[in-house]
Amino acid sequence: MHPPRKALAFLRWFCREDYLEEIEGDLIEIFGSEVEDSPRKAKWKFSWSVLKYFRPGFIRSFSNSNQFSPMGMYKIYFKIGWRNLLKQKGNSSLNIIGLATGMAVAILIGLWVFDELSFNRYFKNYERIAQVTKAGNYEGKYYMGQKHLPFPLIEELQSSYGQNFKHIVPISGPDGFDAVLSTDDKILTRKGMYIGEGAPEMFSWEMKYGSWNGLEEIQGIMISESTSKAFFGDSDPMGKAMKVNKHTDVTVTGVFEDFPKNTEFYGMMFFEPWDFYLKDAPFITRQGWDNNFVMVYVETAPNVTMQEAGAAIKSAEKKATENLDFRKQDGSEGSDVLLLPMADWHLYADFRDGELQNGPIQMVRFIAAIGVFVLLLACINFMNLSTARSERRAKEVGIRKTMGSIRSQLIGQFFSESFLVVILSFLLALIVAYTVLPSFNQLAGKELVLPLADKWFWLSCLSFITFTGLLAGSYPAFYLSSFKPISVLKGTFRAGRFSALPRKTLVVLQFVVSVGLISCTAAIYHQLMYVKDRPVGYSREGLISVRKKSDEFNTKALALREELKRTGMVTEVAESGGDVTGTWSHNGGFNWEGKDPGFEAYFATLNVSPEFGKTVGWEFVDGRDFVAEMASDSSGIVLNEAAVKYMNLEDPVGKTIRWTNRSWNVDQDFVVLGVIKDMLMNSPFEPVKPAVYVTYGYERVLLMRITPGISAAEALPKIEKVFTQLIPEIPFDYRFVDQEFDSKFSTEDRIGKLAGVFAVLAIFISCLGLFGLASFVAERRTKEIGIRKVLGASVLSTWRLLSQEFVLLVLLACLIAVPLAYLILEEGLQKYEYRTGISWWIFVMAASIALGITLLTVSFQAIKAALMNPVKSLKSE
Amino acid sequence: MAQHSLGEFEELVLLMVAALHDEAYGVSILSGLEKELGKSLNVSAIHVALKRMEDKDFVKSRFGGITEDRGGRRKKYYVITALGKRVLDEQFALRSTIYSRIPKISFG
Repeated sequence: MHPPRKALAFLRWFCREDYLEEIEGDLIEIFGSEVEDSPRKAKWKFSWSVLKYFRPGFIRSFSNSNQFSPMGMYKIYFKIGWRNLLKQKGNSSLNIIGLATGMAVAILIGLWVFDELSFNRYFKNYERIAQVTKAGNYEGKYYMGQKHLPFPLIEELQSSYGQNFKHIVPISGPDGFDAVLSTDDKILTRKGMYIGEGAPEMFSWEMKYGSWNGLEEIQGIMISESTSKAFFGDSDPMGKAMKVNKHTDVTVTGVFEDFPKNTEFYGMMFFEPWDFYLKDAPFITRQGWDNNFVMVYVETAPNVTMQEAGAAIKSAEKKATENLDFRKQDGSEGSDVLLLPMADWHLYADFRDGELQNGPIQMVRFIAAIGVFVLLLACINFMNLSTARSERRAKEVGIRKTMGSIRSQLIGQFFSESFLVVILSFLLALIVAYTVLPSFNQLAGKELVLPLADKWFWLSCLSFITFTGLLAGSYPAFYLSSFKPISVLKGTFRAGRFSALPRKTLVVLQFVVSVGLISCTAAIYHQLMYVKDRPVGYSREGLISVRKKSDEFNTKALALREELKRTGMVTEVAESGGDVTGTWSHNGGFNWEGKDPGFEAYFATLNVSPEFGKTVGWEFVDGRDFVAEMASDSSGIVLNEAAVKYMNLEDPVGKTIRWTNRSWNVDQDFVVLGVIKDMLMNSPFEPVKPAVYVTYGYERVLLMRITPGISAAEALPKIEKVFTQLIPEIPFDYRFVDQEFDSKFSTEDRIGKLAGVFAVLAIFISCLGLFGLASFVAERRTKEIGIRKVLGASVLSTWRLLSQEFVLLVLLACLIAVPLAYLILEEGLQKYEYRTGISWWIFVMAASIALGITLLTVSFQAIKAALMNPVKSLKSE
Repeated sequence: MAQHSLGEFEELVLLMVAALHDEAYGVSILSGLEKELGKSLNVSAIHVALKRMEDKDFVKSRFGGITEDRGGRRKKYYVITALGKRVLDEQFALRSTIYSRIPKISFG
């Protein structure tokens, strides 16, 4: 018979520790002697007595009991944890290296993602800045994201909607322009732009010298700190005279801190006032509502929200142009004016054909997902290795429980051990991240730094450690602490048939992720190779382009041509209206015989000099090239194949096309001279646009081809000499067309390389885990293998015995991963219009890589175990 | 003499501790007193008295070995101290002195 439990529990709860044993003992003794006679009475008396102890002098002090410091306990936890680490050095180092790799990857990816998401946060008015865009219906489709605006809209916004905005700042183009800056003794080419005078305050430039009103001076120029250093050293440059492109006199009116890489204005080295631009190029102010070419940033007024401002200006253009001729003529309903908030500029502003592309944000998500996966893999490793060792520690748990440990204490102990490993791994991960950061930056095209002085960094690291520690430690902590001491100590504890199931599931999960990553990487590379091998329709090697930075290039064009060809370094020189690696203008207004009147045809209109074809090496399908000596060719036109298809023309050579366009000031017939193979000029992932080539207005770029067989190193100095002789004012600045073309792959190249690196790391981490597991299995079965060998098993059969389990698991993982990866890739490749199919060999390759590496890893342990001398393994105990 | 004061029940307990010398613990004191007094007491009263006297240094205590019938709890044995014995002696002397001065009274 047991005394009343509740009364006893109550006694234990309130009674002083030092009296408890005596009182309990006496009560139980009395209870024991009376319970025979009348259990009910004895129980009642017991409870009554307990109640009588509830009095001063016997009640423990509740306030004091918490003053015991638990530090001693934690110290012991960590001491034991440390000893356990040292006891199994191999296992521990596998654990720590795996986890550290995962964490380092997570840190780097975290920094990367943070950098992407914090783009433009450098500007203090981030929340209130927006870009003005246009959107409108065209042929039944709503086109969004047009960033080029008509000039009169600026004035309209200022005069009629000014109360909504603190600043309205026009710029001359988002990429700026290269200009030659000079002082008396120095000449340098720098990138800059014309910008409205409110910009410094709106974008909260960090001023080194001068103030935010530096652009109010019409002949002023604001330069970056690095530019100031380059020209004036450490001295104060305020008020110093400079020249832009050798002819415009300006005065330095401010020096701002260089913009960080993750901002809109990265690389902008100088700014000139917008008003100066207007004064310098007065034709701009004469442009009407039908010419879209300026860009405008706004900052909303303090009491106006972004939504309110957006709603206010939505119909600004429609209202202003209602009664204008061109609207009546083309009968369109006009465009909406929308605000694109700064928060969207980086990741939600990639408009193509009027639709928002989710490419940038998808890339961020993709990379972030990889980071999470790699960290997950590392945590799985940790869990697997810890639980695999559980049997070894089962006895320890049994003893601890018998000695009075309660479960929560054991959980605490295992957690503290996992935290010990996590903290060690984290320190290692920090060191690794710090050392590989420069190479990672190069790979990712970023300027990331570990923000070691930032408290948010440490806070997030702390939560990161806590999260990983809890995640990685939870399974061992709860699983190990659940062992029943009796069965463990009796030795009847056997991990049940299914106890390895979670472990196996985790291994499968690991390899699903790894195989998936390998497949994705391979597919990205495959797509990249496919696109790189795409026929381009001209030859890029040895093609050099030089921007015409002043009018001298045009006035001296003939002399340049002659001199350049005379050096023998170049075979041909041509001029064009833009780079070969992009189409630079698109126009409508084309009519031809047999055209459907309702069909408004748009073409890429490319202005080239007659020698262009010979220089770039385009290939004719039909007809002939321009001939410079034939005057009639100035009204000739060359089409590409895409254009012929687009126009649905049969036998196009010799037909006439009429082009009417106000802004180009043309209204004349063109005769089709020839048809060329499609020249790939825009994004290599898209189809080639229908294009027409005219010998008209080609005054922006000079192209030349280096004579085949002559190296660039040999040719360039001689070419430069020609330029410096003829145009000494302007520094010689050139680009290789093939390099420029390659830069179009940079995003895809980057994703491919990043994914590749991470896939390798994922496999590496998974293999560390497998290695640990295999060594554990081999160790546990040492005796079994010894007996098998004594009975005549061969090394081969022993190897098979140990390896097959893992191989089966990896095969299963492949079966799961392949369909998954296929679905993801199907989805991901959709966005490329020019794409390769997903071929089966990608998956076969990924699976065989995974299998091969698994076999290698496991075999190492298996063969080691199989080669062991049975005498030794059986003797040991 | 404040700390040397001894209540009536305390005195009884102290007497029993002294009487049971070396065998005095909660239950044995309780049963001893119950037998002498012929009425049932609550063990909590004994403990209260013992703790008070321990504070006053009349008794001292030690733990005994583990026994089966107490659910593994040790007994706490009490022994009278020299001070306790002196207080008892004084009490006894005081009482007998006064008692001896009672004239022979007969109530028939």
